[in-house]
Amino acid sequence: MDSSHSIPSQAMTEPNPESQARAPQRGPAIAIAGSGAPRPLKKNRDVGNVRLKNLDAYYGANHAVRGVSLDFDAGLVTAIIGPSGCGKSTMVRCINRMHEEISSARASGQVLLDGLDLYDKAIDIVAVRRTVGMVFQKPNPFPTMSVIDNVTAGLRLTGASRGELEDRGRDALVGAGLWDEVKDRLKSPGASLSGGQQQRLCIARALAVEPEVLLMDEPCSALDPVATLKIEELIGELKQRVTVVIVTHNMQQAARVADSTVFMLSGELVEVGPTDKIFTNPDDDRTEQYVTGKFG
Amino acid sequence: MSNHALLLDRGNLKRRNRVNRAVEVVSTVAALLAVAVLLIVVGSVVSKGIGALSIHFLTTPAGLFGDTSGGISNAIAGTAIIVGLAALMAIPVGLLVAIFTSEFASDRVAHPVRFVLDLLNGVPTIVTGIFVYGLIVVPQKHQSGYAGAVALAIVMLPIVARTAQEVLALVPGTLKEAAYALGIARWRTLLRVTLPTAAGGLLTGALLAVARVAGETAPLILVCSIFGQGVLTEPSEALSSIPVFIFQSSESPSPEAHTQAWAAALILIAFVLVLNVVARAFYSRSRKRMGA
Repeated sequence: MDSSHSIPSQAMTEPNPESQARAPQRGPAIAIAGSGAPRPLKKNRDVGNVRLKNLDAYYGANHAVRGVSLDFDAGLVTAIIGPSGCGKSTMVRCINRMHEEISSARASGQVLLDGLDLYDKAIDIVAVRRTVGMVFQKPNPFPTMSVIDNVTAGLRLTGASRGELEDRGRDALVGAGLWDEVKDRLKSPGASLSGGQQQRLCIARALAVEPEVLLMDEPCSALDPVATLKIEELIGELKQRVTVVIVTHNMQQAARVADSTVFMLSGELVEVGPTDKIFTNPDDDRTEQYVTGKFG
Repeated sequence: MSNHALLLDRGNLKRRNRVNRAVEVVSTVAALLAVAVLLIVVGSVVSKGIGALSIHFLTTPAGLFGDTSGGISNAIAGTAIIVGLAALMAIPVGLLVAIFTSEFASDRVAHPVRFVLDLLNGVPTIVTGIFVYGLIVVPQKHQSGYAGAVALAIVMLPIVARTAQEVLALVPGTLKEAAYALGIARWRTLLRVTLPTAAGGLLTGALLAVARVAGETAPLILVCSIFGQGVLTEPSEALSSIPVFIFQSSESPSPEAHTQAWAAALILIAFVLVLNVVARAFYSRSRKRMGA
């Protein structure tokens, strides 16, 4: 069973010279911010492809992710499902190198963004996180900042110029579907919003730095069903801007939002494929047992 | 049917209720006692000291030894300068120590540092006084406000550092994660996210430390108690201070001096109580923010 399936994947270890002529070239490790160019409506498929090659991740002696090789294609939503403790969050945290923030944690293998290995020694780890954004399970707006300051936090605290802050903040709030609800209270504290609004605020905050990839680690598990639905709709729009990787323990959610689904078990990649196939006619028995609820 | 016999009271209920009530009464009495002690202390200080309290008292320096026509303006000035200098020394250092142990040090280093701070906190202040006496007063051959400030700073340091550590530990890790995930560098996260979030609690720790040392007498008696006339403000000389004034006035045979001691104690207690209330108010505001 070949464990590095991917649906229409454009082999991305060499940038395609034709596509360089077609589309504005944007290197993955440097966010070219505030160019003022109108955002393309269709995601440029040459930018934001992530490829994991033999990724291993450890917490001390605990081998949490075992030799995973996987592609996440630009402009698509990929869901990662699996039982608790199977390593899905850990794997995703390796993509933006947040995994190494934990003291006993380490990772080996390659994480390629459009052909560039993010674990290469020459790479600036802080710049990686501006290109690969993350939204967490529990909404975490900065409590000492207002709504608009929260959205622009990533821009302000990384040295962007003051002039563009308002525009890009508004752009991000529109992109997160929150603008109409907060436009009259941009100065109120970030924590004064409801749970679902706070999570969309966190999404706006992540979008404001214009990443190529957005990682979402169970973004709806702390939210009520109405807020969850709003965010799921949002994900459908977000894939025009960013590659979305969403970890979820909710299989119905994966079925609703994802183009492609990955099933993991005990740190290993079991199966990956189009969402329809995974849920109706998976190749692996273990996948079948999981999606039909026999375990997990 | 016979199982329900277990539910019937076999005479224990009355006894259990009596014991419950007794414990409730005893613990209420203990709480009232604790409150009563504070009220008695404050009450006696107020009633015995109010006689000498006046604008004149607060704005005139103390007279020559034995002359009770003066006031405590020089003592207030001295306390303000000595405590102010001590705060300038202890608060930044204490804060930095707390930042070190909570942000940069590994557990192996952080634990011993915390332990040492707790030990420092437990050092009797007279020992600190003797230490500063030997370190500063003896080589300089005279007492000074600086020596007093150093002694008080040593007492303040562990208080500031420990409260700051506790407050920094309360800042949710998820906030720092959010900042790192946005590509914000470590030091910037500390400065613009962690510290502002903890600010209320940090201020509380600082205010409580100030309230604590404002009344420390033993070190000041050793290093800053032989001072000159009038309102002195030069810290390289010995300065008057409220606790030392209370001590010296209470040793005087004159009843007017005793009343002045009570009045000075009233000023000191009022200052400490106000600081405590303000500090707690900041702390609860800060806790609400972090809980949100």
